[in-house]
Amino acid sequence: MVALAPSIGARPAAWREPSPLPGFHLAFGFTLTYVGVIILLPLAALVARPWEHGLDGFVAAIVQPRTLAALRLSFVAATMAALVNVVLGLLIAWVLCRYEFPGRRVVDALVDLPFALPTAVAGIALASLYGPNGWIGSLLEPLGVKVAYTPLGVFVALLAVGLPFVVRAVQPVLQDLDAGYEEAAKTLGATAPQSLWRVVMPALAPALITGFALAFARGAGEYGSVIFIAGNMPGVSEIAPLVIVTRLEQYDYAGAASVGVAMLALSLIALLITNAAQVALARRGGR
Amino acid sequence: MLALPRASLAAAPATLLNASYDPTREFYKDFNGLFVADWQRKTGQPVRINQSHDGSGKQARAVVDGLEADVVTLALAYDVDAIAAKGLIAKNWQSRLAYNSAPYTSTIVFVVRKGNPKAIHDWIDLVKAGVKVITPNPKTSGGARWAYLAALGYATKRNGGDATRALGFVRGIYKNVPVLDTGARGSTTTFVQRGIGDVLVGWENEAMLAIDEVGPGKLEIVRPSMSILAEPSVAVVDKVVDKRGSRKLAEAYLRFLYTEGAQELAAKRHFRPRGQAVAARYAAKFPRMNLITIAAFGGWQKAQARNFADGGTFDKIYQPG
Repeated sequence: MVALAPSIGARPAAWREPSPLPGFHLAFGFTLTYVGVIILLPLAALVARPWEHGLDGFVAAIVQPRTLAALRLSFVAATMAALVNVVLGLLIAWVLCRYEFPGRRVVDALVDLPFALPTAVAGIALASLYGPNGWIGSLLEPLGVKVAYTPLGVFVALLAVGLPFVVRAVQPVLQDLDAGYEEAAKTLGATAPQSLWRVVMPALAPALITGFALAFARGAGEYGSVIFIAGNMPGVSEIAPLVIVTRLEQYDYAGAASVGVAMLALSLIALLITNAAQVALARRGGR
Repeated sequence: MLALPRASLAAAPATLLNASYDPTREFYKDFNGLFVADWQRKTGQPVRINQSHDGSGKQARAVVDGLEADVVTLALAYDVDAIAAKGLIAKNWQSRLAYNSAPYTSTIVFVVRKGNPKAIHDWIDLVKAGVKVITPNPKTSGGARWAYLAALGYATKRNGGDATRALGFVRGIYKNVPVLDTGARGSTTTFVQRGIGDVLVGWENEAMLAIDEVGPGKLEIVRPSMSILAEPSVAVVDKVVDKRGSRKLAEAYLRFLYTEGAQELAAKRHFRPRGQAVAARYAAKFPRMNLITIAAFGGWQKAQARNFADGGTFDKIYQPG
């Protein structure tokens, strides 16, 4: 994400670029300690946990059809919801940045609400809205569309949870993107789609990818808001975090950690892919 | 989960932390007031009881992981056993207090909508086509495990002890379950607030609470021909009380659950009292039922391993094919 200044010439590569700013050692030491304690240590504890029954035990804990179905549901629903959120989130960010309208600040603040709301509250609200006797559910029911207590409900919950990540990732970039670029493109003869595709999108792409990655990562691990609307039927609408909770409920710590490690690995792969996409984009754009 | 900070000042009142499960919230609020007054009157010592409520299994794990609860009052013996297995509670805990250390009991009943439109009277009616059954997931809910075993007990008797056919019957019930909530309260919400399902299978105390909440005339309790005696278990956490020096208080606290006043409170809060006098007074509220006990399944360790562990009978219900 941070494009390092290319080191030109044969200067022996120092392990850090000299900086005129003081305080590097202190800040760097703090960074390492903090990241270690807050992120790496808990992750290490998780990764160290599942092996008490060996590799076989680890694999056996994961390859059960029920666990695999749950992992598939969590990651597929998170991917789809994040993709939809990239499109709709961009649209919302665009409207918030490019137009002045009464109530803009209110809408702007509303976008953050899913961040602030306890996830269980969001889940209960969604379940009552999309349940067969809820406002939306009762309209969809005659059409044969069931949202609450189906995999579709998981997707809907993740849509709500992921939206602010995309909007908040894209908004500042869009704000900084001078409308003058678009005007210049127009004066040079670009059509509206052309200027969108060749001027605006390349500038926004890194932010969109970041938004996608954040929404996806949050969605894959989301528990509170999903659990109330999913129906939790094993093999059908059961999400991976619920499988972890289920294992814990049986005091099967190793089995729970196995699924946790599997989720971690899948998320890591997904984040590496998005990071690679970002690097590739940065190279192509020469920025 | 709420663990209030406990100052260890010498002059501060003695404190006790009771780690309990969700449906006892209202009961222990009343009970603690009663106990504190009684203790102060007898010993002159002021005490403060802190409560922590969550799912039963989650509380057991919290205690194992270091939550300094002086006493645990959980949904089933299995969860207390899990703490005992880690050496925090003496292995013989269940025989230390009367009635298997379960001062109040409950059972599994059905709740149906007004007028019982689907004519649900017994377990056999739950396997009928078109009947939607709401019950929580036995993997995550203690109450759901009692419900599952009650159904299994009925099915076993009905099929003359044939285990395979009994499981087939139970599978028939769970095939009619459209939503598996993670806890008893969640299922009550699904059934009562969302209006999903024809029958809710769960705790008698939760059923009575739900009826209190929605008002009379909307829901009805149906008692099946056979159910299970659910024994929510209580125990002093030996390691904690010995460390904190609170054993005397903790033991008195649990013994107080068996007094007439406490039994009366339990009955008011919809738990079946053990004490004969109180039970007689509340006989109309808690009709006699034909109840099997966990012993019919060889105790909780066996019942858990056979039915609810990974690959157990409950998992088989949801295996495709």
